Amino acid sequence: MSLPFSTIYPPKHARAHEVCGEGGLVFAAICAGQAKGPVVWVSESWQPPINPEGLLPYCDPGKLLVTRADSQLNVLASVETALRSGAASTVVAEISGNIGLTEGRRLQLAAEAGRTTALLVIPEGAGSNAAETRWRCNGVGSDHHPRQKHSAQNCHDSTHWRWSLIKNKTGTLSDWVVRWDAAAHRIIVVSEAGR
Amino acid sequence: MQRRIVSLWFPRLAAERSLRANPVDAPFALTLFDRNSERIYDLCPRAEQPGLQRGMTLVHARSFCLDLLTRPANPDADQRFLRLLARWATRYCPWVGLDGRDGLFLDITGSSHLLGGEEPLLDDIRARLTRAGLSACLGLAGTPGAAWALSHFAEGIAKPEETLSRIAPLPLAALRLPQETCTSLERLGIATISELYNLPRATIARRYDRDVLQLLDQALGAIGEQISPLKDEQNFAVRITLPDPIGLLDDVMAGTRRLLAHLCKQLDKAQKGARSLRLTFRRVDQENQSVELKLARPMRDAERMLALFERGVSTVDAGYGIDMIRLEAIEIEPLGMRQLDRTEGKEKDSAADLITQLGNRVGLENILRFAPVDSHIPERSFKLVPAAYSSPVHSWPHKRPRPLRLFPPEPITGDGPQPPTRFRWRGRSLTTVAAEGPERITPAWWEDNDSWVHGLRDYWRVGTRQGQRLWLFHTPQTPGWFVQGEFG
Repeated sequence: MSLPFSTIYPPKHARAHEVCGEGGLVFAAICAGQAKGPVVWVSESWQPPINPEGLLPYCDPGKLLVTRADSQLNVLASVETALRSGAASTVVAEISGNIGLTEGRRLQLAAEAGRTTALLVIPEGAGSNAAETRWRCNGVGSDHHPRQKHSAQNCHDSTHWRWSLIKNKTGTLSDWVVRWDAAAHRIIVVSEAGR
Repeated sequence: MQRRIVSLWFPRLAAERSLRANPVDAPFALTLFDRNSERIYDLCPRAEQPGLQRGMTLVHARSFCLDLLTRPANPDADQRFLRLLARWATRYCPWVGLDGRDGLFLDITGSSHLLGGEEPLLDDIRARLTRAGLSACLGLAGTPGAAWALSHFAEGIAKPEETLSRIAPLPLAALRLPQETCTSLERLGIATISELYNLPRATIARRYDRDVLQLLDQALGAIGEQISPLKDEQNFAVRITLPDPIGLLDDVMAGTRRLLAHLCKQLDKAQKGARSLRLTFRRVDQENQSVELKLARPMRDAERMLALFERGVSTVDAGYGIDMIRLEAIEIEPLGMRQLDRTEGKEKDSAADLITQLGNRVGLENILRFAPVDSHIPERSFKLVPAAYSSPVHSWPHKRPRPLRLFPPEPITGDGPQPPTRFRWRGRSLTTVAAEGPERITPAWWEDNDSWVHGLRDYWRVGTRQGQRLWLFHTPQTPGWFVQGEFG
């Protein structure tokens, strides 16, 4: 049974979601770009901040409220505060360690209370069971493409990602190959799983 | 009524202020860095004996006086101290103005009888200042100019009719004339005020600018001179004292709500908004606990501020109970009435409240926004500015694609101007399948930047078989390949 992409994406509102893999930041950036209203982006202060110019194709950097916390504890606390206040439409957090069930559940409750979506960008294998969905995003190796150098074709636009749903509280798992359509400002499914 | 003015001069204000706080038993001086060296800013009489003076370099002074103790001067704090003295001086009369950086004018017209006359008034001022460890020179006359002359050159009281006779023998500097004018007049053989007074006015006016005559007339009372009293600084603070100690969170919040309502009324009247507040709780065991609140925007909305205080108040340890609450606005900013329109309002307020809430946890300086910077250097084309003091920038220049994550350049193996087909990066071996470039970026030669010592950079966007898309650059001037970013 295959799961239609449109039923699971964009991630369910007012819930906490997790995303891992190399393309996790892009996933978060795209979700942030499609949210209406300000976006709180929380990260630890030792990490370099994301590059707003790299964000431009997906999301307006002016929407972002960047919060730099000194520890993961403060990252989680800031996320919870931002979720509860309901002033932001989406809260993105870059998380470097494990999240326990208690923390995950608290964020889930805060997201429900504030009617705000949370997106936690986590390392591979981290994450809590409380998350609504968990995605793994990876670039698709352009294996089948002939090798091109100096090509006029914009490799930025033709980039394919494999977005796999690896945890879903309300349905089955699946994966899709998607690409970003910069002109239409939306994500386009290139192929369903297994095709 | 005849005007009566007291001029109060503190010849050693800075040194004595420092000694008051921390007395020493040695020659003492304050130093300030000026004209490329540490110089003496102010000194005590004991340091003056060996021949030290103001403006001397510290090295020079040390050769005269080996046991000289020095501290750095703080002219701003001295000014604040002078303002405090001005406020203190209002105990003698309501009309007190500053005189330069080391003096005060008191307009005691009609208030000297309260202390039994002019003589006892001056004695009282002197006694109190001496007790406070300050030396002061006092002059009392009918005009500020004459009082200044007396306080600086011949302390004493000039009765209304003897103004001229008292200041006549004083040197010209007593008229507050600039040094050059004094020197120039002295070269003409005019050394005292009486000699200047006896000259025909027209000749003075022709040779010197009007200041000379104006200062003379001001000293003698022919032209009026204003003394500007200091404006009363309004202190935005309220407190509540409770008959019985309280300790429950709800009770404390109810108390805070009352204080906030009062404070906001004050702020509203003054058209001001609070930027940071301090709430102090005094417990029955005399212990003080305080909660600070820094706001993202100046505000005077009691209900919203109350909600923001909630987290801080819940951390307070009430002990055996709290019997006094004091609320003080530490930082105040002007906040006028504002016309609301249909589109804004609640949304903007809630965003500002969120910044405040986050700021109270991780510090207001850690809540930032991106702002574009006009630079072609990738790592310098944006900056992070505190969100509490900026507004969002939505118009960003569109450039060529840039990676989502930029990091300091990491070297990889590779040679030649074409991207390497295979390379190792962060412990993984990667195979290039698509490469786009080069995009040449030249260093900003007018800036000093260590990371650009390799010269020109040819940037390539490289897709790998393993799925990573990286931002590589080649430095043709000192051949080498680096990874600087990840597109994700």
